[in-house]
Amino acid sequence: MGEILAVEVVDLVKTYGQARAVDGLSFEVPAGKVTALLGPNGAGKTTTVEICEGFRRADAGTARVLGADPRDPRLRPRVGVMLQSGGMYPGARAEEMLRLVAAHHAHPLDPDALLARVGLVGAPARTPFRRLSGGQKQLLSLAMAVVGRPELVFLDEPTAGLDVRARHDTWDLVEELRTAGVTVVLTTHAMDEAEKLADQVVIINRGRVVAAGAPVELKGGGADGELRFRAPGRLDLDQLLTALPVGSRAVERAGGHYIVSGTVDAAFVAAVMAWCANNGVPATDVRVEQRSLEDVFVDLTGSELTP
Amino acid sequence: MSVADPAGTLAPAEAPTRAPLDLRPAPGAARWPRMLGAQTRMELTLNLRHGESVLLTLIIPIGLLLFFSAVDVLPSDSRDSVDFLVPGVLALAVMSAAFTGQAISTGFERRYGVLKRLGATPLPRWVLLAGKTLAVLAIEVLQVVLLVAVGLALGWEPRLPGTAAGIGWLAALLVLGTTAFSGLGLFMAGTLRAEATLAAANGVYLLLLLVGGVVFPLSELPGWLRVLAEGLPTAALSEGVRAVLADAASPGAGPVVVLACWAAASVALAARTFRWE
Repeated sequence: MGEILAVEVVDLVKTYGQARAVDGLSFEVPAGKVTALLGPNGAGKTTTVEICEGFRRADAGTARVLGADPRDPRLRPRVGVMLQSGGMYPGARAEEMLRLVAAHHAHPLDPDALLARVGLVGAPARTPFRRLSGGQKQLLSLAMAVVGRPELVFLDEPTAGLDVRARHDTWDLVEELRTAGVTVVLTTHAMDEAEKLADQVVIINRGRVVAAGAPVELKGGGADGELRFRAPGRLDLDQLLTALPVGSRAVERAGGHYIVSGTVDAAFVAAVMAWCANNGVPATDVRVEQRSLEDVFVDLTGSELTP
Repeated sequence: MSVADPAGTLAPAEAPTRAPLDLRPAPGAARWPRMLGAQTRMELTLNLRHGESVLLTLIIPIGLLLFFSAVDVLPSDSRDSVDFLVPGVLALAVMSAAFTGQAISTGFERRYGVLKRLGATPLPRWVLLAGKTLAVLAIEVLQVVLLVAVGLALGWEPRLPGTAAGIGWLAALLVLGTTAFSGLGLFMAGTLRAEATLAAANGVYLLLLLVGGVVFPLSELPGWLRVLAEGLPTAALSEGVRAVLADAASPGAGPVVVLACWAAASVALAARTFRWE
């Protein structure tokens, strides 16, 4: 079961006028796992997801969803979709909209129980869609994605506009989906969300995949931190690494900035400092930092993630 | 409960219910009659809930019938004005439900991504369109019942060419007219922006009300306009219904052919041009 792919995207290209929204993008989604497509606004996440949902055609490359062409109508019952916005009759009440989508499926969840689960009970359930708050609209859209008991769900920015509590409820629901064996693909520009939820993170920037892997791998092969310092350029980093535990890494950045990553504990720091002292290296600005996905993103793209 | 809390920042008194949900995959499409029933019910509910839709499909036709039967602006000929008006207003009612109302609502459904979102469920497109058609037909039944009741109260005396023949002709005209107007409405909604559809559908409604033989006879129009108007679906429908209900005759080939041509052309056009997003 480990190697079954729910989604396979190869060299995908989508151009709008002059702009290449998606520019040769490839990634794989293992079945039964949570995969986060992480990137800033305009990175091409929504276009990629909408191609996989069958809404748009790629200009080049291929996407396979559950082994089929994304536009194959036989996929519709098997795939749940949460759009980034809209998709509801403005005058329909939340409960009416969810019941409608439930009626399209053979074995749907109980709409009332699901509404209660996402916190749309009482007045909000009977409020027309256009008068719901942004967060309530998101929660209804999430409920509509899962009500048909799909094998695979695409959630486009599922927590955008949610308050802290609704955000955590959404995270809980995503984890329950994974436990139940549902494959989840979500897009986000929130690092903490990707780190918390995803088994696999695909970092996308300017229509390309810049890195993919488990959050812990992306953050440096199981390392939980990094040590940064400044020193004159062209240190012999291979020699430094011989003094450190296997799996540590060291890179030199412009301006004599060095980043040494690994299991940064006291012994690690002591080993680096001892090596500097023994080799006459005047290290300054020594800092120990926990490396986050945000750092990975900045390192990979040279730009901030925050939109 | 009583305090508005749009941001949802106030915690409710009781913990949220965490009834266990069986999220394990069990995908499958419902059978189409269930989907069709759900779509039709939703369309009908929304139509009857929206004030502007009720105004368009029920209140304006009834209001026109009451107004023009009380204020006699018609040329005084042998027949009662209500006998002339009821068939015309029935045609107007069909146009308002099948064309104007459907164009506007479908235009905004497209704009708000409803059609896109429903396209991601197992709902086949033909069921979505069939649901719209059934809802339009249900509204037309309601319109006919109300307009006939108001007409009879105003002293209308229908003269049918035999009960079976009369009902048969009326049903045929209603179906042809509904098809023609639905095709035009969906063509407009599927190609124009929602705001443009709103403006154009209302403009066409007003135009066809004036030159469609609804409240003024076609014979009152200048010659060139009359020739033009006779080729329009509203005039064909109102003249056809009037022939059956007022003259106890068959509608004749003219109106039936005009409606059939509009039906075939508009449905073909809508099918070729409709965009779901």
